[in-house]
Amino acid sequence: MYHKTTGYRIFSACNHLFLITLSILCILPLVHLMAVSFSGPAPANAGLITFWPKDFTIEAYQKTFDNPNFLNSTWISVQRTVLGTALSMTVTTCAAYALSKEKVLGGRNVYMWYFIFTMLFSGGIIPGYMLITKLGLINTLWALILPGLVGVYNIILMLNFFRNIPRELEEAAVIDGTNHFQTFLRVYLPISMPSIATITLFIIVGHWNAYFDGLIYMREVEKLPLATLLQTIVVQTDFSNMDPETVKKLSQRTVKSAQIFISLIPILAIYPFLQKYFVHGIVLGAVKE
Amino acid sequence: MNQTVPTAQPSKSTNTKHMKPFVSPLRKHTWMLHLMVLPAVVFTFIFAYIPMSGILMAFQHYKPKHGLFGSEWVGLEHFRYMLQNDYFLQIVGNTLFFAVIKMVLNLVVPFVFALLLNEVRKSIIKRSIQTLVYLPHFLSWVVLAGILMDMLSQTGIVNQFLTWLLGIKPIFFFGEGNWFRGVVIVSDVWKEFGFSTIVFLAALAGVNPSLYEAAEVDGANRWRQTLHITIPALMPILIVVGTLALGGVLNANFDQIFNMYNSLVYDKADIIDTFVYREGLLSGQFSFATAVGLLKSFISLILIVISYLLAYRFANYRIF
Repeated sequence: MYHKTTGYRIFSACNHLFLITLSILCILPLVHLMAVSFSGPAPANAGLITFWPKDFTIEAYQKTFDNPNFLNSTWISVQRTVLGTALSMTVTTCAAYALSKEKVLGGRNVYMWYFIFTMLFSGGIIPGYMLITKLGLINTLWALILPGLVGVYNIILMLNFFRNIPRELEEAAVIDGTNHFQTFLRVYLPISMPSIATITLFIIVGHWNAYFDGLIYMREVEKLPLATLLQTIVVQTDFSNMDPETVKKLSQRTVKSAQIFISLIPILAIYPFLQKYFVHGIVLGAVKE
Repeated sequence: MNQTVPTAQPSKSTNTKHMKPFVSPLRKHTWMLHLMVLPAVVFTFIFAYIPMSGILMAFQHYKPKHGLFGSEWVGLEHFRYMLQNDYFLQIVGNTLFFAVIKMVLNLVVPFVFALLLNEVRKSIIKRSIQTLVYLPHFLSWVVLAGILMDMLSQTGIVNQFLTWLLGIKPIFFFGEGNWFRGVVIVSDVWKEFGFSTIVFLAALAGVNPSLYEAAEVDGANRWRQTLHITIPALMPILIVVGTLALGGVLNANFDQIFNMYNSLVYDKADIIDTFVYREGLLSGQFSFATAVGLLKSFISLILIVISYLLAYRFANYRIF
């Protein structure tokens, strides 16, 4: 037995140490971020914080929530995430169900290539921007939802899952006299929950983290989703359309950290629950046949 | 299932003669299926196919007030200008530099990590490690750029640590081109290596245990087992992941560079996509930026097709 040998034991000990160090390195920046956000401004600006707050205070969080733009942007992000995910999932699962019926759906391959071509080639950001302008969607929530509504990769993931559902289940439903809509709703959806959860997670994270569409399609600070607001405050440090008093508050090191940390909370909150699903989902999409 | 074969599966020819064939209602109402794809077809048409007509701008001097059909046609002028432009060649170089290094590291690091993680036997330790290393994948580059700018600043935690450890002067990570390139590459690998191991771990779980038992009997130690069983078993998936990554060789990760770079490091870090953004949306050079984007998309298209053909040829991979 190889794992009883001395050589393997030494390797195993080093290996554990290495892997554990590496995985701690993956969250250390977040720990530092949190420590800074709960520290007093003086030690934070002097760079004295490592992984534990100094002069513990929640002042940075109070300042963040005093800023009406922050709450407003959070609300916009919540709206786009909920509405966008619901619409995306409806369109994706319906299309995937139909496309999984290889033998029944006429012109299935035409449909498939129609979708796949958009994965291979796109007009680029400038024509996309012009289209949104022409449609009059600038400064509306729809500009953040509609362009990314159909995720071709998600359709493919979903249809591969649907294809692996045993035919007996469908046949049983057919004998009960159901049509396609009913089979889809009562047979396919309920037993596909793991992959639906996977794709939902990806879409939620995608919406919550999306900043670029807000940057180019939204022209007023009141309309920015949270990720874009953060991008302008933390990364670009572009304060051109905010009043100087707010700017002074927001640009402090501790307040910046607090804002970033708050934006992470939804992701951190759903992550553990959905972890078991996404691992399963990815594997399904990547390794098949 | 318990019935004998002939009664369970009557051949079609004998069946149709004696009785009306059973046609599943799912075969009859195919209009429902077309209706179900319709929303996806319509949205794809509006938001993916209509913008494709915008690539015509690349062959024009596009003026918004004249529109796509009233602007002056200039043929390949923008492309000619592009290829004679030294700065353009430099950003192509930068793009390839980042993309190739990231592609290699994002293949090798997760592969090695998966092999090492596979040696961890306690499932609680294994799962805790997985939970931690998958997490960075879900953070956005906006958030990470904010964190990195703070941590790597002159007074940030990294420089403080280096000064304490080595006694060196603070490094200007975000202002010094070569240091910046290092930050870009390391942070990208840091963010994605964990998540990329998922596919390899799945393949590892599928290796037939009896192969290891046989090797054990033959007296092979763990290193030899890894070399002769594990690595060959992972080769097909490694080839698939590697070849599919080829298609992205002109994508050096816009979100990352865009959120991290600044004018001090343009010469070392500006990539095609960030250039298109600045030229097109910030300076209003619609036609030129579209031309740059079009050339990039066109080359990417060719690379993607080649990589899928390779993946199909060598690993029998099919996308759908």
